Amino acid sequence: MKRWAPPLLLLAALIGAWQIAASTGWLADALHLEPFLVPSPAEIAESLWQSRALLAENAWVTLREVLLGFGCAVLAGLAFAVALHLSDLLRRTFYPLLVASQTVPIVAIGPILVVWFGYGIAPKLWIVALICFFPITVNTLDGLRSVDPEATKMMRTLDASRGQILGRVEAPSALPYFFSGAKIAVTVAVIAALFGEWAGADSGLGVLIRQDSAQLETARVFAAMLVLSAIAIALFGLLALAERRVVTWR
Amino acid sequence: MMPATEAKDFAAAGASPAANATGAAIAIRDLGHSYGDLRTIERLDLAVPAHGVLGLVGPSGCGKSTLLELIAGLQEPGQGELEVGGARDPRGRLQRCAYMPQRDLLLPWLSAIDNAALALRNRGVRRAQARRDAGELFERFGLGGFERAAPAELSGGMRQRVAFLRTLIAGKPVLALDEPFASLDAITRAEMQEWLAAALSAHPRTVVLVTHDVEEALYLSDRVAVLSARPARPVEELAAPAPRAADRDAAVIDPQFVAVRERAMRALRKGSR
Repeated sequence: MKRWAPPLLLLAALIGAWQIAASTGWLADALHLEPFLVPSPAEIAESLWQSRALLAENAWVTLREVLLGFGCAVLAGLAFAVALHLSDLLRRTFYPLLVASQTVPIVAIGPILVVWFGYGIAPKLWIVALICFFPITVNTLDGLRSVDPEATKMMRTLDASRGQILGRVEAPSALPYFFSGAKIAVTVAVIAALFGEWAGADSGLGVLIRQDSAQLETARVFAAMLVLSAIAIALFGLLALAERRVVTWR
Repeated sequence: MMPATEAKDFAAAGASPAANATGAAIAIRDLGHSYGDLRTIERLDLAVPAHGVLGLVGPSGCGKSTLLELIAGLQEPGQGELEVGGARDPRGRLQRCAYMPQRDLLLPWLSAIDNAALALRNRGVRRAQARRDAGELFERFGLGGFERAAPAELSGGMRQRVAFLRTLIAGKPVLALDEPFASLDAITRAEMQEWLAAALSAHPRTVVLVTHDVEEALYLSDRVAVLSARPARPVEELAAPAPRAADRDAAVIDPQFVAVRERAMRALRKGSR
């Protein structure tokens, strides 16, 4: 309880200050805006409650894109990391491409993917997977390569095959690295899904936020953002939990 | 009783400990090695009889660890001959030699017993059987009750014991030990030397022991080769007066032991110039 007190207090203080500033109209005055454009936390909470069915429906769409895209990135990332680890040639060949994958501007490629793959879930999966792939692959690869060369030598004199060295020494060493990469990936995956939906979609939190911004439904924009953050925090928490369960030796 | 798999594997590797012509388990003739332009070993001749223990002492960075890796088949020598249990090719040497690195390098995700049983598991022995085989040695060598402990829960001395058992359980005729007790405090080290002496009496192996501690080398080995600074050449080879004596503390203050130790120290200082 003591551990959580400082961040909770800070959060409460910020929300309280915002509530006072917004509900007295001071914030809107300061920004020279109409009061309905500057919702107070209470109004956001009210919008969250009233639109709960709509938000949940769209959140589910976004969550599905995040989970599927992240899942694809994990599978592809692990496969790539192992392949690049085992073959010098593959590593030299593919590493630049790997880095290039991270420099692809999502805002630019999003609409193109929609043209290629349509309005369905496919372009969102591509965008989410593309964003998640890099941190997962690079971290896992670093982890596989972090093994003490002495340990590899020791294993060789204990009759280990290449596969056994990978399975018994390198893969366990890489696990904490993989989880670091996955935790970074899953938080940006949420933003990636939002971009994917902005590029072209008929449902999802990204669509909702876009429509509500256009219609100046600011309270619900904040409410949708809140849901989005909650999804990211929950996924991050689940991964941290899984890490603690799996990586018991740290 | 040794694990049943051990005897089987000796036979499988075809490694009769005295397979070569000279009757030595390890024969090194005119060995030379370099890293790029750096000569690490030059014109080295050494022989270790079956079940003999050879201690190697020399100044830091003189190529002792490289020599162990060459013997274990982890590297190929630049020149000269290297024969381990009758095998000259690196694969054959790798099959006949188990290597114990300087740090214990126990895998933190495995329990003590699973670490010790790694070689058995690598050969496809089932986990339960591997644990039973390794468990017998745990009982006998003062590790009983610590089978399921995580490496992090063990003391430095215990970790070295597990690391040594891991090397022993591999069932290879030759053991290459690289400064096995360098990380331990003086008291634990003395205990571990006695422990290793007892373990080697119970399970005789051909051993090459690298250490920077002259006293340790003379207590544990039958013969000690003092190597020069890089490139490593033998300066002097000495016979130990009372190899692996039951009472270590008495053995190391025996006047004869002290005299040989001083000779070794002089050779070491001469060789490091």
